[in-house]
Amino acid sequence: MSAPARTPAGAPGHLTGPAGGGIGTDAQRPDGTLKVRGEFAYGSDLWMEDMLWGVTLRSPHPYARIRSIDVGPALAVPGVHAVLTSDDVPGAKAYGLELADQPVLAVDVVRYQGEPVALVAADHPETARAAAARIVVDYEVWEPVTDAIAALGHPRWNAVHEDDAEVTELSRESAHLHPEGNLVRHLKVRTGDPSPTADVVVVNTYEVGMQDQAFLGPESGLAVPAEDGGVELYVATQWLHVDQRQICSALGLPPEQVRLTLAGVGGAFGGREDLSMHVHACLLALRTGRPVKMSYNREESFFGHVHRHPATMRYEHGATRDGDLVYVKAEIYFDGGAYASSTPAVVGNGGTMGIGPYVVPNVHVDCYGAYTNNPPCGAMRGFGSVQTAFAYESQMDALAAALGMDPVELRCRNAMEQGSTAITGQVIDSPAPVVELLRRLEAMPMPDAAPDDLRHMPGGVSNTTHGEGVRRGVGYAVSYKNVAFSEGFDDYSTARVRLEVVGGEPVATVHTAAAEVGQGLVTVEQQIARTELGVDRVVVHPKDTQVGSAGSTSASRQTYVTGGAVKAACEAVRGQVLARAAELTGRPVGELRLFDGAVVGEGLELPLAEVLGDDAVEETLEWRHRPTEAIDPETGQGFAHVQYAFSAHRAVVDVDTELGLVKVVEMACTQDVGKAINPQAVIGQIQGGTAQGLGLAVMEEILIRDGKVQNPSFTDYLIPTILDMPPMRIEVLEYADPHAPYGLRGVGEAPNISSGPAVLAAIRQATGLPLTRVPVRPEHLTGT
Amino acid sequence: MRLTCTVNGSPQQVDDVWEGESLLYVLRERMGLPGSKNACEQGECGSCTVYLDGTPVCSCLVAAGQAEGREIGTVEGMATEESLHPVQQAFLDAGAVQCGFCTPGLLVATDDLVTRSLAAGAPPEDAEIREALAGNLCRCTGYEKILDAVKLAAQRMAAR
Ligand code: FES
Ligand code: FES
Repeated sequence: MSAPARTPAGAPGHLTGPAGGGIGTDAQRPDGTLKVRGEFAYGSDLWMEDMLWGVTLRSPHPYARIRSIDVGPALAVPGVHAVLTSDDVPGAKAYGLELADQPVLAVDVVRYQGEPVALVAADHPETARAAAARIVVDYEVWEPVTDAIAALGHPRWNAVHEDDAEVTELSRESAHLHPEGNLVRHLKVRTGDPSPTADVVVVNTYEVGMQDQAFLGPESGLAVPAEDGGVELYVATQWLHVDQRQICSALGLPPEQVRLTLAGVGGAFGGREDLSMHVHACLLALRTGRPVKMSYNREESFFGHVHRHPATMRYEHGATRDGDLVYVKAEIYFDGGAYASSTPAVVGNGGTMGIGPYVVPNVHVDCYGAYTNNPPCGAMRGFGSVQTAFAYESQMDALAAALGMDPVELRCRNAMEQGSTAITGQVIDSPAPVVELLRRLEAMPMPDAAPDDLRHMPGGVSNTTHGEGVRRGVGYAVSYKNVAFSEGFDDYSTARVRLEVVGGEPVATVHTAAAEVGQGLVTVEQQIARTELGVDRVVVHPKDTQVGSAGSTSASRQTYVTGGAVKAACEAVRGQVLARAAELTGRPVGELRLFDGAVVGEGLELPLAEVLGDDAVEETLEWRHRPTEAIDPETGQGFAHVQYAFSAHRAVVDVDTELGLVKVVEMACTQDVGKAINPQAVIGQIQGGTAQGLGLAVMEEILIRDGKVQNPSFTDYLIPTILDMPPMRIEVLEYADPHAPYGLRGVGEAPNISSGPAVLAAIRQATGLPLTRVPVRPEHLTGT
Repeated sequence: MRLTCTVNGSPQQVDDVWEGESLLYVLRERMGLPGSKNACEQGECGSCTVYLDGTPVCSCLVAAGQAEGREIGTVEGMATEESLHPVQQAFLDAGAVQCGFCTPGLLVATDDLVTRSLAAGAPPEDAEIREALAGNLCRCTGYEKILDAVKLAAQRMAAR
């Protein structure tokens, strides 16, 4: 494969970092020093002498036909080098993760506000923006479809709703946005008695607003035209190979001519799993023959990536008078927005994980994903499970209240454990310490009763209260989340590991395409290589498409799957090295191991330099977790998931019931991680995930009116600040999953799922209000 | 227009600066100092925090022309060739860096806070740290380890 003709400033280099630290240690990040020095180059920092700036013209309308586009006025602006529309897309006009339904640039119709319509490349970003504003697009504006349930043509449900909801003829004829109708996926789970009855029944409808990933590093990258007619793309992304597949198809180029390298990524949380500026920058670079940089500003970022699906969920829980769950019925609607993105998989998780970590004999779940003219929704940390956890955990509290039972008691009574059967019929074949997670939380000390300092009250530094009307509440929630890709997807990762002696010192190099987005996978790769190869110095090769796919950095899967691949490649390298040593020493391989830069055995310590000389031992291999299978379309039964992660939260809040202000006083979390490969990073994931869950509970929502985003800025879309985040108590359990490398469990998503429902439960307890919608706003608390 | 100022102790001069360019843009795109970050360019996130004549500011809100003749300090000026600034080391040791996009701005804001607090005679307390860093968003860490890092830095800087 040809190397790039020229390398931009900021192109990633090999990472080394501090030496030492195998698995189970708080090894430091290999990119940490670069990051604190300000020398770590993110996608938006890439730079080339003769580069142009690309910008995107987006639709102001959520639904409209494009009558015509006149690019002439833009082309006439001095400094402009290219203006492109869908006519300039040489390959497939549409792309997508699961369905190729999203135009690279709008073709005749725009289906959401912010849909890309045209591109401009110019020598200054302001020139490009000014030129884009001069493109004349003539729209015939249509009325948008903005409600997922209406889009499916269902009647609004009511409390006696019993039948399966079917997509009606009406829906298909009058409201479809795509030729195949508005239904993206309907998942059904059916177990036990279809018409169960119970002593105590609670029925409620819940809503979850649209959350944004709000990663801080904007969508960005640099495309460099190559001499072979192809393109090098340096980009901040989550899954290089799935990007490459889609870019190749849009450009009409083979994979050899579309080479991707991961630029520095400023957070992702699911929002970079779909393409953003990838194809656009390549199109502009190929057209102009110049490097093209694209970097969204914050407002454009709100339009430039998919969000978390808003959900409407009706749940009915039935239990015996003693508190044993008899049945759960759930209808879950995810608003997928204008394009499918990963909606089918989100529906898959939402449905199959949709009643929480409880054992229930009779289950009836319908989970739908719909097309509307709202912004497209797709992957975000927790992926379908965050929404349903608000519903099922609220239901557990409502049921506990109806039974006069303690909410934790009710949960423990019905909790799943190892050997339990999930609603997919899968037997939980590794530890499931749900009860222990909850009991440990209960046993933790409570924060002080009342704040001594007014700054710690609701309203904080603005001094809105002196304590009158402030009520405290405590809430618990527990969650579980499938780890890695499910439902029969061939989920693998590729690792290339090389061991050699450089300057007298053994060095291992790990090369994978697994995206480092901040979570610390690069550290984990080094730790595994150190442990498996007995060396201190491990170099992390830049992440690129010169090695096979690692799969996505999502679904809490990289430590498991890419970690598994690195471990397996190291074992293969080790096997070769030990075989050589066996030959040299005449000892059986079985008596030899690698330790501290040497081959060691009984009375033997042979430095690697003597075994390897000038040779490098290298192995590349693909590694898969055990296969999953598709679920039955009528019953939802099947071995759908390879692993589950479990976490629980206790939230303590103070609520100013007069002003409707919430202060989260403390968050406590327990999580089973199987094996903490890097304990410090595990804690970091729990703390960060907790913050995002808290944000959705009390502040974060993209507000949409008539298909238009009302708050695309950090002024109006609020994420937790350091003032909003309380101190945390955390206990990490390590019950090994015998099926996973080192027994580890994926970590990143579970705490994001249980955190918000715990906060909601605490606010409910403080106020006595039912609170069925998140984020909770002051007006929900004051009734104004 | 031409802009002349001092950045991290070195005199800088750049030509052809546009009226509308921010100090952040000039640092990043014209001076080859992309360490200061651009998470919002609206004054809401603090990722672009730099010292302007010794006071931390959001450089995305400072028009380039306002920097004329003034002294600017960025994250790139904190460490020496050989060793990190104690605030930088503390962020690493405490595990306060994940994606790191918030880090440059937080380092400058922390350095300012700790320096001021120690000059006033005591390391900053939790409530002060929270107030001082309320303008610096971080999406990855949940802030706990940032608090730890600030306290660690203060402890080490006080001991020097
Ligand atoms: S980039 Fe300046 S405050 Fe966000
Ligand atoms: S470490 Fe990613 S935003 Fe702070």
